[in-house]
Amino acid sequence: MGGYLPVDSAGQQQMLQALGLSSAKELFADVPEEMLLEQVNIPQGQSEWETEKAMRGMAEKNQVFSAVFRGAGAYRHYIPAIVKNVVAKEEFVTAYTPYQAEISQGILQAIFEYQTMICRLTGMDAANASVYDGATAAAEALAMCWDKKKPLAILAASAPPGVIQVCKTYCDGAGMELVVAPLRNGLVDKKALSELLQDQRAACFYLQQPNYFGLIEDVAGIAEIVHQYKAKLIMGVNPIAAALLQTPGECGADIAVGEGQPLGMPLSFGGPYLGFMAASKAMMRKLPGRIVGETVDNRGNRAFVLTLQAREQHIRREKASSNICSNEALCALTASVYLSAMGPTGLRQAAALSLEAAHILAQRLCAIPGFALRYKSPFFHEFVTECPVSPEYLEEQLAKRGILSGLPLDGSGMLWCATELNDESQIDALIQGIQEVTV
Amino acid sequence: MSMLIFERSSAGRRLSILPEKPVEIEQYIPSECLRRQDLDLPQLSENDISRHYTELAKRSHGVNDGFYPLGSCTMKYNPKLNEAMAVLPGFCDIHPLQPLASIQGCLQVMAEAQKYLAEITGMDAVTLQPGAGAHGEFTGLLLIKAYLHSQGQLARNKIIVPDSAHGTNPASATMAGFSVINVPSDEEGYVDLDLLQAAVGDDTAALMLTNPNTLGRFDKNILQITKIVHDAGGLCYYDGANLNAVVGLVRPGDMGFDVVHLNLHKTFSTPHGGGGPGSGPVGCKSFLAPFLPGRLAMEEEDGTYGWLLPEQSIGDVKAFYGNFLVAVKALSYILTLGADGLAAAASQSVLNANYLMKQLSASYDMACDGLCMHEFVMSLEKLKQQTGVSAMDVAKALLDYQMHPPTMYFPLIVHEALMVEPTETESKETLDQAAQAYLEIYRRACSDPESLHKAPQTTPVGRVDEVGAARNPRLKFGD
Repeated sequence: MGGYLPVDSAGQQQMLQALGLSSAKELFADVPEEMLLEQVNIPQGQSEWETEKAMRGMAEKNQVFSAVFRGAGAYRHYIPAIVKNVVAKEEFVTAYTPYQAEISQGILQAIFEYQTMICRLTGMDAANASVYDGATAAAEALAMCWDKKKPLAILAASAPPGVIQVCKTYCDGAGMELVVAPLRNGLVDKKALSELLQDQRAACFYLQQPNYFGLIEDVAGIAEIVHQYKAKLIMGVNPIAAALLQTPGECGADIAVGEGQPLGMPLSFGGPYLGFMAASKAMMRKLPGRIVGETVDNRGNRAFVLTLQAREQHIRREKASSNICSNEALCALTASVYLSAMGPTGLRQAAALSLEAAHILAQRLCAIPGFALRYKSPFFHEFVTECPVSPEYLEEQLAKRGILSGLPLDGSGMLWCATELNDESQIDALIQGIQEVTV
Repeated sequence: MSMLIFERSSAGRRLSILPEKPVEIEQYIPSECLRRQDLDLPQLSENDISRHYTELAKRSHGVNDGFYPLGSCTMKYNPKLNEAMAVLPGFCDIHPLQPLASIQGCLQVMAEAQKYLAEITGMDAVTLQPGAGAHGEFTGLLLIKAYLHSQGQLARNKIIVPDSAHGTNPASATMAGFSVINVPSDEEGYVDLDLLQAAVGDDTAALMLTNPNTLGRFDKNILQITKIVHDAGGLCYYDGANLNAVVGLVRPGDMGFDVVHLNLHKTFSTPHGGGGPGSGPVGCKSFLAPFLPGRLAMEEEDGTYGWLLPEQSIGDVKAFYGNFLVAVKALSYILTLGADGLAAAASQSVLNANYLMKQLSASYDMACDGLCMHEFVMSLEKLKQQTGVSAMDVAKALLDYQMHPPTMYFPLIVHEALMVEPTETESKETLDQAAQAYLEIYRRACSDPESLHKAPQTTPVGRVDEVGAARNPRLKFGD
């Protein structure tokens, strides 16, 4: 049996004696006898070394690609060494939600700094301490806008499928209607959107920048249309792209959300990631989850504390706007340390190098017969090409060369991604691999 | 007072993380799409950052810093092997959309975690997709709704929740489109069978219950409770927040529950991270399995692993497959402890709680008599009447003894409540020291109550102005 119990059987006897009991079984006297098991039907425990072998065995069954040209909601960027170092500090790792402000100033301040950085990145007024991921952030944002007189949420069809699916599940749950607004050339079709908004039943419109196909949407123009029909604009943003692109604040968004994984989190087979949420002042009190505010202590010192708790489930119970309790605090800390390490120059550089790598990649691919860009408008670090061979075949052949290709889409389409990690030598190797396969 | 990271910033200071290759942005993006607003992130050296966060770490309290008996949160020791396994490149550097042949190890982790968690809970299928306990509740309730609707039972739209329940229960029910019926518990937090019988009916979708309950008692009527609900045509939902008391010894499935969520960050030792990430797997009986969200990992006949897509799925509740690395840590814990270790851990958690409760009951009033499970609740109502010292005062005084206070003012049915959960990974010595501190505080409450109103004295800041913070919200630097 492996385990972490500091009390040995002699100690247990002492403790039982203090309680006037003769065996630990007596502690479970309230449990109906027929229900109490000796043990459950799983293997017996083992030593640390044996567990490590088993876990490493599983890790080694996975293929770690040396070059990754796939994004689609999860992005491989460079992670500065200090990020991993800071977020491994046990004081941060082993604490819980900072309910006791006096001994949790470090964590509270770190969240306050995170909220500030998210506001500065998005150009919004207030941010929360995080939710589970970008998709649940989008779903929570829809709920923030929900109104009995406006029972409809509209999502751009250019949002990532994962976001659309999660929003659909949440809307089904709460009884909110959801429709998906059609596209034109891979971008939100403004005319079709206006028609959907016409009867003013829509509470909000969600779109993502850059969109699922990597394209840059005219968010400011769309914001005007959405506001004209008295709906709210929710803008999903890629936080790396946000260093270069017009901010949600500049575009006139009411709520900004996004998947924070690119800010220092590894790919991790999909999680844990980071859902960030920020809002205009008018919608601040509708934000779900933990929020940290600045205040003073009884000695007049600056201090930080969980605030606006009257919104939350532990106070409002069934009337709460969200049920969220545990969030992704350590991932929020990761994002803060990442943003501090990169600084304004570094973050812009990560964005610029990703942008350039993607455009070089697109150019090199399209020089191979049969490859062509599916959409013609400007893109950030993802784009779709048609392929001369089946995308699944291409994926398989490149995988043999240690390269993770773009993501096969419907038909002959492939969604490619490049970041600052896809340097010239990686792109050369990819192109060479493709040429060998397509000849 | 510690400086904010923005106050440490100095224009032009920077790290050299990426190559300094110039890129002409406007060559790729039209200028009207570009950001005009200043990107005002801190400008620091690596040493600045390192010292800043070291200082913040010193002003934080984790399980590693000392006793942390935060009731209902199961702040047990977080084993280091689990952390080491979760940073292996073979888990960390895997894209969620890689081809099947390249993710066999990830699928094996998921399949094994699903299998063991199903066995531990007495359920037939488990999804790892929910990101935390409350998210699991939402998911479980959507399963119930989808099932009832598939049976044409559209009128079953009420969730019964005891008034002793965690706040997430009623909040999740609302999010899942149900209305909530709160039923009073008796003074030991037990479900009142007559009131439950009166509450159930044709409109009952489900009962949500945690057992042991939030007063730390195992409801011995549990089989009658689940039968009353089932006889009325409703389902039974198990809130796994308190599973640590009985993990490996009693299975929710054997108590008559149809759906259960677990908190891997409580019962299965994964760290709480200052608030998250957690993980809230949901298990269910086979009749609910077709409605599970997302994808399940499964072992094929040839020993390889693949995906199973539930046929009538409620849809995804989170992108991808849940907090995978948290599942890695939990699996590592389950493999180490095994059937024998889990049972021993549960048993020790109950022994530790009773041992501490026994010592504290020399002075403090307990919310109810008799043995407890993994946690107990004290009521300081009488102490407050007699001395003016509140549960808050006692909690704040504990901070001066370098330990984390218990959960305060919960459950709501106990006045001036302090809820203490020591967990199994604390030694007898730690419990003895804690008892001394609690008893000393009690004596001070009687002899010098004023000193407790002023506590804490030794912490980096004194009591904070929460009212002021909410009235005049300053939620970012510069507000």
